[in-house]
Amino acid sequence: MPRFLTLIRIDEKNVPEGGPSPELQKRMGALLEEITKAGVMLDTGGLAATSEGTRVTWSGGKLTSTDGPFTETKEVVGGYSIVQAKDKAEALEWAGRFLRTHEEYWTITAEVREIVG
Amino acid sequence: MTAGRKTTSTAPDTAARTAATVETVFRIESARIIAGVTRVVRDVGIAEEIAQDALVAALERWPESGVPDNPGAWLMATAKHRAIDLVRRKETYARKLAEVGRALEDAPPPPEPADPADIDDDLLRLIFTACHPVLAAPARIALTLRLLGGLTTSEIARAFLVPEATVAQRIVRAKRALAKAGVPFEVPYGSDRADRLSSVLEVIYLVFNEGYSATAGDDLVRPALCEDALRLARVLANLMPGEPEAHGLAALLEFQASRIPARTGPDGEPVLLAGQNRARWNRMLIGRGVDALHRAGRGPYSLQAAIAACHAMAARYEDTDWAAIATLYDQLLALCPSPVVELNRAVAVSMSEGPAAALELVDALTGEPALKNYHLLPSVRGDLLDRLGRAAEAREEFERAASLAHNVRERELLLGKAARTGSGPTGS
Repeated sequence: MPRFLTLIRIDEKNVPEGGPSPELQKRMGALLEEITKAGVMLDTGGLAATSEGTRVTWSGGKLTSTDGPFTETKEVVGGYSIVQAKDKAEALEWAGRFLRTHEEYWTITAEVREIVG
Repeated sequence: MTAGRKTTSTAPDTAARTAATVETVFRIESARIIAGVTRVVRDVGIAEEIAQDALVAALERWPESGVPDNPGAWLMATAKHRAIDLVRRKETYARKLAEVGRALEDAPPPPEPADPADIDDDLLRLIFTACHPVLAAPARIALTLRLLGGLTTSEIARAFLVPEATVAQRIVRAKRALAKAGVPFEVPYGSDRADRLSSVLEVIYLVFNEGYSATAGDDLVRPALCEDALRLARVLANLMPGEPEAHGLAALLEFQASRIPARTGPDGEPVLLAGQNRARWNRMLIGRGVDALHRAGRGPYSLQAAIAACHAMAARYEDTDWAAIATLYDQLLALCPSPVVELNRAVAVSMSEGPAAALELVDALTGEPALKNYHLLPSVRGDLLDRLGRAAEAREEFERAASLAHNVRERELLLGKAARTGSGPTGS
């Protein structure tokens, strides 16, 4: 049962006003409970806006830091999950179920990557 | 999929993709579907066949109609319809036999929308049925992996290094035995509950251990079995949040699984606890173990989890709180006396009080019939003798231990120890 990191990418400038609807939060809560009960979910969380984030870069032997928001980036990571699934197909199925809890007016991307080592 | 291949539902390989989706959804949902259907038909064997029928129906239907929004619910509803048809046909037949002209108003109700709480209850009932003590341990294990782990017969056979026909027969016989014994599809309450729960916990623990310390074969760890058991332990703890031992078992397995990456070296050779690179222990699993331990109690699995936590908490081997571990082993011995636990306690004592004190405890165990062919007894004794400078005796013990080990990797490790002990000073 390999582990997979799913990165949820959003466009901060086009997040529906008011954030997730109460109905969405309810559907999402039910799904997260289901994934947890199935023994699949190891960890998950949403991330604060990039306006509160900082990027630290090591380049040319120098450390520089840039405070958010990162307006030049179209899609930023808005949340993540780590699941333990039999294979990538299973991890993708759960990611798809997570995306489907959203209303049609959302545009979000789930990037599923296996954790190796 | 930002930089990768773009795939949409209009791609030409839709049919193949749909078939793969059906398989994946079925694997995720099969235990819950079998559980839901068993509630209707009261027979796990028939339930499993009906679940398979639902899978076939999805494979026929979905390539044309598309994958439904809630594929799990679709499979569940289809399977339950079939189950109810079957029950109704049987009842109709029985009624005709009895020659009563009554209408069929009191036929079973159509399937209700799947209520998450009902599904939970059914899943728990299925776990208790598959692990019923009326079955021998190998049968319980095979049936549990088949019905709850979604493993195929050949996967189970590979995991336990037995012929596929043996596993298939074991499962068929187990289903028949459950039907014959009239095992009710229920979660036991009252005085039965503790016994039945310990049977469930035992099955999960045995599956994990078969993966963790493979008793035969060339590989030391078969991670897939460990992971199946860990998943089952988590499922059980989630379904029975009020049972401390369910959390204790989950905690124990999380801690043990956290060490898997460090337990083998680059060539698959075993690395003992003292020599493990603790940076390779999985911190997330350790954290989950600690969480589960907070909900655990003082039963055997909880105590073993507390011992595992002592190891997990030590940044270096030298930091291990061996006195705490020895005390926990005392408590474990009071609950369930066992020579293997006494041997483990002796190891903890050797670390907290020195090898001489421990050797006395181990010597007292040498006549123990249960440990007659247990390779770890001479192995531990060899370590203690070696630490006491009695190299020649130590080497003999390591050689004896190697001759008793069934796992190739363990045998090599012990022979290596014997060789190193022999080449050193005798200390006499």
